[in-house]
Amino acid sequence: MTKLTRRQIVGSGLAMAALSGLPARAQGGPVRIAYIDPLSGFMAPVGDSGLAHLQFEAERINAAGGVAGGRKLEIVGFDNKLNPQESIVQLEKAIDQGIRYITQGNGSSVAAALIDAVEKHNARNPKDAVVFLNYAAVDPAFTNDKCSFWHFRFDADSDMKMSALTDFIKPQTDLKRIYIIGQDYSFGKAVADAAVKMLAAKRPDIQIVGNELHPLARVRDFSPYVTKIRASGAQAVITGNWGNDMTLLIKSATDSGFNVPFFTYYGGGLGSVAMGPGGVGLVRQISEWHSNVEGTGLDDTVRKFKARHSDNDFFYFRIKVMMDFLAKAMNDSKSADPLAIANALEGMEMKIATGTATMRKDNHQLIQPLFLSTLSDNVKFTIDNTKFGFKTDLKIEGKDTSMASTCQMKRPAA
Amino acid sequence: METIVFSALNGVLYGLLLFMLASGLTLIFSMMGVLNFAHASFYMLGAYLAFTLGASVGFWAALVLAPLLVGLLGAGVERFGLRHVHRNGHVAELLFTFGLAYLIEEVVKLVWGKNPVPYVPPALLQKPLFTLWETQYPSFKIFMMVVAIAMFVALWLLLKRTRVGLIVQASLTHPHMAGHLGHNVPLIFMSVFAVGCALAGLAGVIGGALLITDPAMALTLGPIVFVVVVVGGMGSLSGAFVASLLIGLVQTFAVAVDASLSDLLARFGIALSNRSDLGRITLAQVAPMLPFLLLVLMLIFRPRGLMGTREG
Repeated sequence: MTKLTRRQIVGSGLAMAALSGLPARAQGGPVRIAYIDPLSGFMAPVGDSGLAHLQFEAERINAAGGVAGGRKLEIVGFDNKLNPQESIVQLEKAIDQGIRYITQGNGSSVAAALIDAVEKHNARNPKDAVVFLNYAAVDPAFTNDKCSFWHFRFDADSDMKMSALTDFIKPQTDLKRIYIIGQDYSFGKAVADAAVKMLAAKRPDIQIVGNELHPLARVRDFSPYVTKIRASGAQAVITGNWGNDMTLLIKSATDSGFNVPFFTYYGGGLGSVAMGPGGVGLVRQISEWHSNVEGTGLDDTVRKFKARHSDNDFFYFRIKVMMDFLAKAMNDSKSADPLAIANALEGMEMKIATGTATMRKDNHQLIQPLFLSTLSDNVKFTIDNTKFGFKTDLKIEGKDTSMASTCQMKRPAA
Repeated sequence: METIVFSALNGVLYGLLLFMLASGLTLIFSMMGVLNFAHASFYMLGAYLAFTLGASVGFWAALVLAPLLVGLLGAGVERFGLRHVHRNGHVAELLFTFGLAYLIEEVVKLVWGKNPVPYVPPALLQKPLFTLWETQYPSFKIFMMVVAIAMFVALWLLLKRTRVGLIVQASLTHPHMAGHLGHNVPLIFMSVFAVGCALAGLAGVIGGALLITDPAMALTLGPIVFVVVVVGGMGSLSGAFVASLLIGLVQTFAVAVDASLSDLLARFGIALSNRSDLGRITLAQVAPMLPFLLLVLMLIFRPRGLMGTREG
C-alpha cells in the first residue's frame, strides 16, 4: 500500500470541499431538507431525536423510490442552539447551500423568527422561495394572526391540544383546584392563556390556584416549585413543559410523594427515564400518537426504529406524516419546486395510520386525530428503556379538534 | 408554615450541593490563583464515573472510587498540564481550564452520549425517610446533607488542626516563604488541585443521582459555583459554606414567594403598576438572576467577600 503524503491528503480534502461547494441543483440530484434545531446544549437530546426521525423517514421514502421521479430526500442538520438569532444564521447558511425546504420544531420563539425570515426571503427572491415545514412549534399565532403561505404545521397547535385536555377535565367534577406551570417564553404563555380561558368557559367552578412560568431549560431542581404547587392545594397540574423541563418537574413531584394528575403536552417526550415509577397513572398527555395506539400497523416501524436507535423511541409520528405529505406533494406534482409544492400541500388530504389527516387550506394547520393517554406500567411498547409506556384513554377525531382561525392568507401572485 | 419549612429544607439542600463543589474550587482558586473553569466538569465526570462504576461494583463502592479517580485525573491535569501553563501567567491558565471544560464535555458526549443517563440513588436511599404534612422527604437528600456537612467538618479540621493544613495555609498566603523553608510547594499545589477535583467528583456522585446526569450538568452549575467562591471570600472555607447556604436559600425562597416586582418595590415606597411589563415580573422569574446580582454587588462593595482574608 502506498503511503499518502500530507500534501496529498490536504489536497484531496480541498478538492472534496470544492466539489461539495458546487450547487447541487441539477435535476435528479437529492432534494435536501435543512433541519434547524438544537443539536448541542441542554435540549440537544430532543433535537437529536428529531433528526434521527427525519433521517429514518427519508430513508424509508428513498427506499420506496424517492420523490418527484426517483430523486432522493436528504436531511442536513443545522445546529441553532435553541436560539432565534442563531436560527436565522443557520437558515441563511442553508439557503446559500441551495436548500429550499427547512424544518424545525423546538421552540415557538425560534419558529416565529424563522417564519419571519422565510417570508422576507421569499418576498425578495420569489424565484428561489423556501418552504417551512413545522413539526412541533405549536404557538397558535402561526396559523392565526401571523400565518404565512410558506409555513405548514403538522402538529396540533397549543389551543387545539388544550381544548382536548379541558374537554377531558370537564366531566371530572371532583377537580376543583388546578395549577398551571410552564416555560417562560411564547409557548409557555400560550398554554397558560389557553388553559385559563378554556377552563373559565368549560368549568367556571375550577379555581386556578397558581399560574407560574419558570426559565426555559435552566431549572435543575424543581423541588422549590413543587413545594409551592403543593402549598397551593392544587389537585392537578397543567403543563406544556418539554424535554428535561418535563422530566425533572415530574421527578421532583414524585420524589416528594406529591401524587396528583399532571396534564401534559409532552409527558411522553424524550428522557422520561428520570421520571420513575411515581408517574404511573398520573402523567397524562395529549398527542397525535403514542406507540400503544392500537390498529395503526406501525408496530414494526416502532421496533425497527428502536433497533436502530437504542437510546431513543419512535415518538414523532407527525414527522412521518409530514414526510408522507411532502413526498405525496412532490410525486403528484412531479416537481420539487417550492411554490408548486406549497400549492399542492394546501388542502391536501391523506389516509394516515391513525385515521385521516387534512392540511387546512385557510391557515396551513394539519387536522389529525389526537389521543389522550396515561402513563402505565402494563403496555406493549415501553419508552426510554423503562417498564412504562402510554395507554389511550380517549381518541379525539380530527374534525373535533378544528378551531376557528383569524388567518388572512396572502398567497403569492401566480 | 409548611412552605417555609420545605423551602428552607430545599434551600439548604441546594446550598450544600453548591458547597461541595465550591469547597474544592475555593481551595484551588486561593492557593494557585487559578480560576478553574473546568471545576464543574470534574463534578460531571464524578457523576458519569459513578454511573458506570456503580453498574458493576455498586453505588457504595462507586461513592469512594469515583472521587478517587477524578482526583487522580485532577493530579494528572495539574502535573502535566497546568504546571507547564503556569509559567505563562494567569491568562494562559484561565484559557487552559476553559479549553479543558469544553474538552471534557465533548469527551463525555462521545463516551456516554448526549442523552441523560439513568443514574439513580440506590433503592435503600430512595425510600422516604420521614413525612411532614404529607410530603415525603427522600432519605437520599438527608444523606447528601450529611455527606456535605461531614466534608465541611473534615476539611476544616484538616486545614486548621493538622500540620498538613498548616503548610497548606502557609503556601496559601506566602508560597515563596513556604518554598524557602524547604516544603515542596509544587507537590502541595498538585495535591490541593487533586483534592479539590476529588471533592468536585464526590459532589458529582451525589448531585448526579439527585438531579440529572447529562452533558449539560457542568454548564448549568459552573457559573453559580464561581459566585459562591467570590461571595464567600477567596480561600475561606467557612465563607464558601455560608455563601452556598445563602445562595441556596435566596434562590429557593424567591421561587416560593408569590410576589411580583411591583409588590416588592411597593414595600420601599416605589409605585410601579402591576400591569406594566416590568411590574408583572414575579420574584420567581428573577430567581436565577439573583446569585449574579449578588456577585456584582459583592465585587463593588466588598471585593474580599463575606469572610475572605485577602483583598481580591
